[in-house]
Amino acid sequence: MNKRVLPGFGLSLGVTLVYLSLLILLPLSGLVFKSSSLSLTQFWDIASGERALASYRVTFGASLLAALINALFGLIVAWMLVRYPFPGKRLVDSLVDLPFALPTAVAGITLATLYAGNGWIGRHLEPLGLKVAFTPLGIVVALTFISLPFVVRTLQPVIEDIEPEIEEAAASLGASRLHTFTRVLFPAIFPALLTGFTLAFSRAIGEYGSVIFIAGNMPLISEITPLLIISKLEQYDVVGATALACVMLAISFLLLLGVNAIQWWAANRHQGDHQGPERASQ
Amino acid sequence: MSAPSLRMATAEPRWLRWTLTGIGLAFLFFFLALPLLAVFYEALAGGWSAYLQALKEPETLHAVGLTLFIALFVMPFNVMVGVAAAWAIAKFEFRGKSLLITLIDLPFAVSPVVVGLVFLLIFGAQGIFGPWLSAHDVKIVFALPGMVIVTLFITFPFVARELIPLMQAQGREEEEAAISLGATGWNMFWRVTLPNIKWGLLYGVILANARAMGEFGAVSVVSGHIRGETNTLPLHVEILYNEYNAVGAFASASVLALLALVTLVAKTLVEWQMRRETETLDTVLPAEAVRSKE
Repeated sequence: MNKRVLPGFGLSLGVTLVYLSLLILLPLSGLVFKSSSLSLTQFWDIASGERALASYRVTFGASLLAALINALFGLIVAWMLVRYPFPGKRLVDSLVDLPFALPTAVAGITLATLYAGNGWIGRHLEPLGLKVAFTPLGIVVALTFISLPFVVRTLQPVIEDIEPEIEEAAASLGASRLHTFTRVLFPAIFPALLTGFTLAFSRAIGEYGSVIFIAGNMPLISEITPLLIISKLEQYDVVGATALACVMLAISFLLLLGVNAIQWWAANRHQGDHQGPERASQ
Repeated sequence: MSAPSLRMATAEPRWLRWTLTGIGLAFLFFFLALPLLAVFYEALAGGWSAYLQALKEPETLHAVGLTLFIALFVMPFNVMVGVAAAWAIAKFEFRGKSLLITLIDLPFAVSPVVVGLVFLLIFGAQGIFGPWLSAHDVKIVFALPGMVIVTLFITFPFVARELIPLMQAQGREEEEAAISLGATGWNMFWRVTLPNIKWGLLYGVILANARAMGEFGAVSVVSGHIRGETNTLPLHVEILYNEYNAVGAFASASVLALLALVTLVAKTLVEWQMRRETETLDTVLPAEAVRSKE
């Protein structure tokens, strides 16, 4: 069979590779090249400095919390949007993408205003002793906002695709609803939940715009790594900024590979399921 | 087993459904609806005349213009390369394809601040091309070209990501039929491929456009924050906010929020259109299949 009946393979692949190399791959390798002017010990000293370590703690801690919040509530929202009828559902469904559409700076100043001591939400939280704006908790709020759609949007199509037969089978075999959920439904949607969680986490650790307004940006306490890169740049410490950027880039790569690995695992797992009965029938 | 009891066993009890819906809606209300309301409330806190006055500031108007210019400028690049990438990936088999798909996703994974820094290292004064650029009096960083380049970087994946699964699902048959009937490559593209992918393409463009207009971190690093020159609307919001000009900051923010709402509406309309087309396809196809068997 001749697979190349269609024209334009060379042209389209060529355009893609040239554009990708010039715009993305070469510039990113320039970052690694620039940091190679540092010796390994110098690099290590910058990457593991006190302020850098504190910034990783804040960045990863807040991102992890935000991604967990989104995994839990995203699952509830996705389930509600697919399974339960309620008025205004289409409107709510469209609104879920707001964090993708709303510029992060707008989200940042708005959340800072809402959660400040005199804001609509902060006003009710501060008497309870809960300070959100200008504390690490504010970072969690901002990161939860900007990564909110990932879990919902990766789960929705998967929940839609669950065949009712498997739930009916579980029920008719005597499983309770809780049992059906934990043993049948949850395993089916778990890879998508994990993908959404990883995407949300990966988006959150790189976030800058929304966080800086609500974080308070105190070194060692509420300073995220992207902000530390910026403040090093503002002090003309380009080498220090580059070293930290390399750390961030490496982590981004790992997370991207992680997402791919999860999807590969999920796809192969399902393949195994489909092959099972076929083999049995032979 | 009778129908009602089976239904009870395959759906959550009513109290649980209501509780979950309540939790879900409350979460979305506090995290999405309330911030959206607050933007407009804060913008109008000083009344309509103060709001309009803030928007009429020359620097604000310049920022609006610059934001729209950058968004419009990057669009054709995203469309051309996005379609090219999707065509190569969806219609042909080649080695390293999954690596290529991963690399296309890369801009989504990299922190915007890192993106800005990368281009600062290349085109900045101490950068790789820095000396050459300053010798020839070409400004890229802290000027419009740098802001366009980082926006191209950030928005690159959107169109391709939207088109690859769509074109993979559509398969090769229609295009192969056009070619075997003697159509030229361009003819096939304009008559067969483009009509098939137009809604997906538009969807990708809408998402890329929203990101282009709203980008903050990457543009912030390479813009140099020169007022009335290299300030996009999101950067302008930051400057006004840091000057404690809340009405001004939220007035500019409300323009961006309106653009975000336009994006959401356009996106929803395109989604409905795409769903309707696949539904008509589903209802037409089986009938045809039956007819061809007869």
